[in-house]
Amino acid sequence: MTSMTATRDAAKNQAETKQDGVASVAVENLHKKFGSHKVLNGVSLSVSRGETLAVLGRSGTGKSVLLRIIIGLETPDTGSVCIHGESIAGLNLDRMGEIRKKMGFLFQHAALYDSLTVAGNVAFPLEHHRRDMSRLERSDRVKQLLAEVGMEEGLDKMPSDISGGMQKRVGLARALALDPEILLLDEPTAGLDPISSGEIDDLILRLQRERQMASIVVTHDMHSAKTIANRLAILDQGNVVIEGSFEDLQQSEIGFVKEFLKKS
Amino acid sequence: MSDRGFSAVAGINTPFPERRPGLISSLASSALGVCTGFLEWFGNLGVFSWQVLKAGVTPPYEWRELIRQLDEIGSKSLPLVVLAGAAIGVIISLEARYSLSRFGAKSMFPATLVYSVIQVMGPIITGLVVSGRVGAGIGAELASMKVTEQIDAIEASAINPYRLLAATRILACILMLPLLAVATDACALLTGWFAQALVAPLSFRQFISTGFDGATFSAFLPPTFKTAVYGLIIGLIGCFQGMSTRGGAEGVGRAATNSVVLGSLFLILADVVLVKFILVVFT
Repeated sequence: MTSMTATRDAAKNQAETKQDGVASVAVENLHKKFGSHKVLNGVSLSVSRGETLAVLGRSGTGKSVLLRIIIGLETPDTGSVCIHGESIAGLNLDRMGEIRKKMGFLFQHAALYDSLTVAGNVAFPLEHHRRDMSRLERSDRVKQLLAEVGMEEGLDKMPSDISGGMQKRVGLARALALDPEILLLDEPTAGLDPISSGEIDDLILRLQRERQMASIVVTHDMHSAKTIANRLAILDQGNVVIEGSFEDLQQSEIGFVKEFLKKS
Repeated sequence: MSDRGFSAVAGINTPFPERRPGLISSLASSALGVCTGFLEWFGNLGVFSWQVLKAGVTPPYEWRELIRQLDEIGSKSLPLVVLAGAAIGVIISLEARYSLSRFGAKSMFPATLVYSVIQVMGPIITGLVVSGRVGAGIGAELASMKVTEQIDAIEASAINPYRLLAATRILACILMLPLLAVATDACALLTGWFAQALVAPLSFRQFISTGFDGATFSAFLPPTFKTAVYGLIIGLIGCFQGMSTRGGAEGVGRAATNSVVLGSLFLILADVVLVKFILVVFT
């Protein structure tokens, strides 16, 4: 019954999205295999502006692969990904680049450039895509972005000299540098202590309120997902088993969902 | 353990014992595997080269990164090639003096040194030294960036990694190798003359004028500029190995090793073709 409610809600949401216009991200029937290992098995999701979707599931269920496919770092075997209504299948790197400028991606391990300072990391996308900006304007923008994520100090430090939580903040500032309309976050709180996790959650919530982006957050952390997301989707064996609000998930009779919630 | 399991493990009651593949068939299958791997590697290298070429010739150009790489590959390799050149100059000088004396052709010493350094040893030694330093550096750096998702982060930031990372490094290698070869040649000639002058009086002016007597453009420029092809090989293989790495620290180590080994090997093989090409076209 709960899954029906969730499905109804998802359908309602998609219908609303269609009424507003095209979804910011629409994923349809994605399949992906690595060798003989099937990672995604017909995943369909959509997110629209101002909405945050949390994707949960056990390790190895293809959550990160889903994000990598959405930003074009992996190619699906079958299925489609549309960003603002444009399919990304078969696009060349430069056209894909134009689409990626509208997207921000926070990697699970932040993936900061280890040869650049904290400020250099955040300035990197600006140096390449905002060539009209003067050095001073760029420096101000970097400081502003780092202040937004609570990193006013240590701008000249190297990534290896800051903590994991700080690296995530810098990664988030870098993801926000080009004012993206879509934000993809891969395990933003993984490996962090509860206080740092809470701070990152608050930060994502605040940014979400201020910028009204369409966000997809991949996480294991149910508490974090409940805090930051409007909708949650649980993946199991490469498929979405349920999609809806946290209450929908709580009321679900699906064994896997009940177990997942119980152990979270 | 069930009976069935036990019998399966112990090999009891097996009506048709499994046939071992013959030596010839296993050799054939190994050879097929090697050939397939070889062709696959070349295919991937071809696709990679095309991506780099496409990215490199279209704007926006990464001038700042190119200048950084020119410094990294050129200036920082200079001490090494100068030292190698100095050693080569002395070695050729000692060997040439001994050999020429045996045939009573001591007067040929300057020309022998000049021709053997500029046409043969200078370019190849420069190529091998740069392959060791730069090839390994490029392979390890890009492989490390690949396994820590930094290359993915560049791509996710809407920046073409083939343009930023590969095209700049390959172009820097192509541009710097001829200059480094000139430095190696100059140093080898200087130390070669010095080693000779210690034994028999010979002024540097006399050494140069005799050594380059009757020399033509075709004798010296093509061997120096062929090092641009070495640069292409070193840069391309280093970038390809680095950017196609899989696995963690082991993958990084493998990429660095393969960059040097394959880079040096292809450089020597390319030299065979280039020497023949220069002989046919320029003489």
